[in-house]
Amino acid sequence: MLLETEKLTRIYGGVVAINDVDFHASEGLITGLIGPNGAGKTTLFNNMTGLDVPTRGKVFFEGNDITGKSAHEISRMGIARTFQNIRLFKEMSVIENVMIGRHFKVGNKDKGRFRQALKSYFFMSREERWIYDSAMEYLEFLELGKFANDDAKSLPYGHQRELEIARALATEPKLLFLDEPAAGMNPQETEHLMETIRRIRDKGISIVLIEHDMKLVMNICDEITVLSFGQKIAEGTPEEIQNNETVIEAYLGREEED
Amino acid sequence: MSFFLLILIYTGIYALMAIGQNLITGYGGMLSLCQAGFYGIGAYATAILTVTFGWNFWATLPVAIGLSALFGLLIGLPTLRLNGDYLAIATLGFGEIVRNVLNNWVSLTNGPMGIQRIPMVEIFGFQINPYRKVAFAILVWVFVVALYFIFKRFAKCRLGRALMAISEDEIAAGSMGINVTIYKVVAFMLGASSAGLAGSFFAVYSLSVTPGSFQFMTSVLVLCMVVLGGMGNFKACILGAFIIQFISYLPQLLGVTNLVPAQAKQVFFGLILVVMMVWRPQGILGREKFTYVKKSAKGIQEG
Amino acid sequence: MFFQHFTNGLTLGGIYALIALGYTMVYGILKFINFAHGDILMVGAYIGMFSFNFFRGDAPLGAWTFFSFVLAMIVSAAFCAFLGMFIERVAYKPLRHASRLAPLLSAIGVSFILSNGAAWLWGTQSKKFDYPFDNTPLMIGGVAITPHQILILVVSLILMVVLKLFVDRTRLGKAMRATSLDQDTALLMGINVNQVISLTFAIGSALAAIGGILIAFDYKCYPTLGMMTGLKAFVAAVAGGIGNITGAMLGGILLGLLETFGVAILGIPMGYKDTIAFAILILILLVKPEGLLGKREKEKV
Repeated sequence: MLLETEKLTRIYGGVVAINDVDFHASEGLITGLIGPNGAGKTTLFNNMTGLDVPTRGKVFFEGNDITGKSAHEISRMGIARTFQNIRLFKEMSVIENVMIGRHFKVGNKDKGRFRQALKSYFFMSREERWIYDSAMEYLEFLELGKFANDDAKSLPYGHQRELEIARALATEPKLLFLDEPAAGMNPQETEHLMETIRRIRDKGISIVLIEHDMKLVMNICDEITVLSFGQKIAEGTPEEIQNNETVIEAYLGREEED
Repeated sequence: MSFFLLILIYTGIYALMAIGQNLITGYGGMLSLCQAGFYGIGAYATAILTVTFGWNFWATLPVAIGLSALFGLLIGLPTLRLNGDYLAIATLGFGEIVRNVLNNWVSLTNGPMGIQRIPMVEIFGFQINPYRKVAFAILVWVFVVALYFIFKRFAKCRLGRALMAISEDEIAAGSMGINVTIYKVVAFMLGASSAGLAGSFFAVYSLSVTPGSFQFMTSVLVLCMVVLGGMGNFKACILGAFIIQFISYLPQLLGVTNLVPAQAKQVFFGLILVVMMVWRPQGILGREKFTYVKKSAKGIQEG
Repeated sequence: MFFQHFTNGLTLGGIYALIALGYTMVYGILKFINFAHGDILMVGAYIGMFSFNFFRGDAPLGAWTFFSFVLAMIVSAAFCAFLGMFIERVAYKPLRHASRLAPLLSAIGVSFILSNGAAWLWGTQSKKFDYPFDNTPLMIGGVAITPHQILILVVSLILMVVLKLFVDRTRLGKAMRATSLDQDTALLMGINVNQVISLTFAIGSALAAIGGILIAFDYKCYPTLGMMTGLKAFVAAVAGGIGNITGAMLGGILLGLLETFGVAILGIPMGYKDTIAFAILILILLVKPEGLLGKREKEKV
């Protein structure tokens, strides 16, 4: 198992946001994380990516306990993420955003970080060119190459979401977390996004995504976990989830009403 | 002419501080209010080591730089993990504490009387005393130019880019694998050490130091230079340093010192901060943009 | 001896608490440190001193002296309330949606204008507040307490209770609390957020003015009076938990006590008295950055 949580619980001043959740993501698959608003999906993400520290429980990545590690440590171990409320470096250019993602992918990792930092200072042009060229590859992968020198904030909304994905991919993750990647996208953009997500998986990167767009989730996910009121109520293949009574009651049932 | 050189020398000394402040505030997005404190630490390090211990000026420079960096580390570590506002208050307090200590630790600093008779700088047997203004101006500006290139390079490579990312969004930066605290602390230390360096030059230019030279006012002046020129632009903060120094000495230049009290000038500097924030927060020159296209095109040609 | 220091510390703490309230209220609502707060206190002290001398005129010591003292406090509080609102309108309001750094820088500019403006107008020499009443210490159970100190304790206690009641019990107080929790929602609920912010600045500045007068007649008026005092009051606000009104009161009194005991009992030299507050600040930031009564806030991701 690539990523696993064990009875993960997060309590905010008396409010239980997630309760004893055993979540897992398998290597090479796209795992969907769904549930009604306020079910604790983003809280679960935050507790697995070091932005929040769980009250109880453990998180394992490739068998290593990563509970309570800081965001940058977890990122360097090979987990990248995007954010529900897009968090680009807005004042920086598109390519610079991706170059930030290349931050720790420079030079020989076996040497000390201090030596690496010195090296990047004294051999700047060589290193910078390498960072630039490799960052460009990720931009091209997301078909954003022509925007390279625009300000990130000037991009249309859909492209901003894609840029966040490019930036996350630039850290060369083994596992990519996407928090509502299709939010605010029109049907064509969503279609294109699904294609992109599949292409990312085909590169051998495992994906976990939170999404409200059921068409997207049922179409591309290999496995789905359902959260409701902070608890895991079901997991399985899209077909299993679609036919699961509890899920229909807690979640899909409500969708049919409107 | 000699007056112009005086302005040029002080512009240089303040530009050193402003370059440091720009790295901290312009790139790192951290509000530090104690460049004057580090300036004082550097000045007293040079004064005490040369006068009391008979050191050579050049030997005191690394001490002044290292000592102010060390104090930067001491304030930075507890405060930089937290919301940025705490840094502002902690540094404001620290600046006052430095003055407090300089005034009260009489056995080391000679208290409010300060330290006099600081030996003049010598280089290859050539004495650069404050009366040889051209020589002194060259000396200071050699360091300004050197510091400009060192810091600008830092800002331009991935280290500076990481710092900028942190100032925009710490959470996103952390998720990109950047160790937020270390970067902030290092930038803060570098900025502090540049003020320490400026302090050393101030000591050998004025040949005496007293606690009164390192007041909060000086920190605000440096901040004003960076804001006026443009945050995130090293050239701009040197320009800002020049403008502020020029305004400072303008009444003297025009021979109207008795018409314009010192406080009036400072009220004006305060106004600059408010007015710039409200009408032109990017400063005169604005943030420096790095474009990467040309560089890559060249790379392709070469490759 | 213990109770003597305790009384002195309490008096000092009462003043810190009054000033800390202004920092904490503004922080609670705008999430920014009003650097100019300390300088408003200084202006308040000057205005109080001038108006007291003006009202008192040449009248002999008597009921009128006391009355003019009260009047001076009111005038100074009103003046500073308007000053606070004016500053907010001109220097902070246009920056409400700017970067986090902008209002801080603007506030430093305002602080600089006020302190240097005061030095320009009124000179850098410190002025002694002429305390007209009999200030012979009263002995209460072996503790010497001056009428002065009693006045400080009574005034700060009354103001704190009134403020607490205002914020907890009145409609405007409720609007204030709502605004500090969530500005956008408060706006949707029909609360006039601009008005609430103005009011916050007015109240905070008025309290600072009173605090300034209370300090000035213990020490003196001088243009940089606001800086150290303001800084310490801020430490008090952080210690109590910034944004928390009860916390500010608690923090102020605690800081006053610690400072007094630090000098008297731990034997910290007088010259280093000011470092105590700073040491406390660093300690709090290291150990419990959310303060005694504050809640730890996490940015929503």
